[in-house]
Amino acid sequence: MNLQLLSLYEQAILVLAAMVLFTSFALLAQTRIANLIRLFAWQGILLSATTVMVAMVSKQHHLYISGLLTFVLKALMIPWMLNRLAIRLDIHRKVETTANQTVVLLGAAALVVFCYYVALPIAQLSAGITRNVIAISLAVVLLALLLIITRRKAISQVVGFMSMENGLFFAAVVSTYGMPMVVELGVAFDVLVAAILFGVFFFQIRASIDSLDVDRLNRLTEAQEVEE
Amino acid sequence: MAGDLTGWLLALLQTLLFIGSAPLLTGWVKVVKCRLQNRAAPSVLQPYRDLRKLFRKEVVLAANASWIFRSSPYILLGAMVLAAAVVPLIAVHLPTAVIADVIVLVGFFALGRFFLALAGMDIGTAFGGMGSSREMSISSLTEPAMLMAVFTLAMTASTTNLETVVQYILDQGLVLRPSFVFAILAVMMVAVAETGRIPIDNPATHLELTMIHEAMVLEYSGRHLALIEWAAQIKLMIYGVLVANIFFPWGIATQATAATLLVGILAIAAKLALLGIVLAISETLVAKMRLFQVPRFLSIAFLLALLSMLSHVILETGG
Repeated sequence: MNLQLLSLYEQAILVLAAMVLFTSFALLAQTRIANLIRLFAWQGILLSATTVMVAMVSKQHHLYISGLLTFVLKALMIPWMLNRLAIRLDIHRKVETTANQTVVLLGAAALVVFCYYVALPIAQLSAGITRNVIAISLAVVLLALLLIITRRKAISQVVGFMSMENGLFFAAVVSTYGMPMVVELGVAFDVLVAAILFGVFFFQIRASIDSLDVDRLNRLTEAQEVEE
Repeated sequence: MAGDLTGWLLALLQTLLFIGSAPLLTGWVKVVKCRLQNRAAPSVLQPYRDLRKLFRKEVVLAANASWIFRSSPYILLGAMVLAAAVVPLIAVHLPTAVIADVIVLVGFFALGRFFLALAGMDIGTAFGGMGSSREMSISSLTEPAMLMAVFTLAMTASTTNLETVVQYILDQGLVLRPSFVFAILAVMMVAVAETGRIPIDNPATHLELTMIHEAMVLEYSGRHLALIEWAAQIKLMIYGVLVANIFFPWGIATQATAATLLVGILAIAAKLALLGIVLAISETLVAKMRLFQVPRFLSIAFLLALLSMLSHVILETGG
């Protein structure tokens, strides 16, 4: 594909897509809870900017609504809720201990290559200029999954889960110019409800094991037996 | 034949301008940094005065210094001058650029660094050896990142020759490339680490435990020290010019007329002044890192370079 044949807006879509991928890597590298949430908000902002750009280029007007919805929910509301939760749970200044960062990041790079390989036949079916971005959106999903696997704090795992939803939404926007409006609205509010429910769960988990470290859930029964 | 001769003459002049103005860039960064930190700034020409002072001073050699210690400053400066000759500063289509490509440029840096590290260990003091080992461990992390960024450039322009890369980007006009966004960040991070600036190393430090570059050159004095300082200034300039002229080549002279050359000089001066301000701001905002954090910093640089390569393959050529 010849990059200089694309219009400046189309080039901007590609740059924004690459930056969304970068935020996924940054999420993996970030160990501070507060910064993790802030990065997640940035991913939402970039995602909504990409959506608006795609709307402009493809003249699909309903994508403007999606972009706005993404901005309000994923860049403002959910990060704000997560941040408030982190402050109330008194973990927003905590630094999480993770597995070997460099290995995780290199594994993430390998995942991106894998996604490119997997998405190649799909991209050939699509005709839009955004077809190359499908691999990126798939990579965002898998990197979020990697984030969930490597983290132990429940709140980081929720950020990973939300980031995964970002990846799926991104895939929908770039491969088919968005889902039907009803589905999109439904998913958006599901995510919002999920964020609220996760908040309740955090308090439940903390009340029962005195920590948000989900690894300790494995030891729960034994610990109680010892106490008794 | 005459055209060839003017080409070589221009190349020579460009290299002289390059190494002549390198202390100016260092002075400029220092002035901006002082202003930002509310200190009284020295003159922009202070690095020249320092060099002149050092050149006049007597060389003090340790009793057990070998030929490596004595010849290293010259080899280092020689490698940097050769590297400067390869980088297009104000004009492209010069005969020197055909001789060597960007991989050779990285090689010149490695050569200079190798001899400096040897010289650091030559006297046998603890600090020299410590500085050398630190320098080598950092460079083993910066080089892959640098080369990865370079390969992205090479894949975009289908060449490793710097001049052709610049010409290619000039021909294409303004194209937003995701790969270049990451490559420029990676090169900047590598440049900070390679030239020993904050947050990796503090060029003004005399605190022994945190020194890297300074620890290696602790035993040097007089004109040897002047040559090493000058080489370090040229290295900073080379990285600045690489960032300025490869990613934003506009203004560089493509024909050898007086007017275009003047525009080239003005353009590169403006770009370097701007980069100097960026460097000073980042040095003011960021605190120096612990040595054990440096691999993390550099692994991010490598990751950015890798991302730039990936986004080049996926977004710019794929499909």
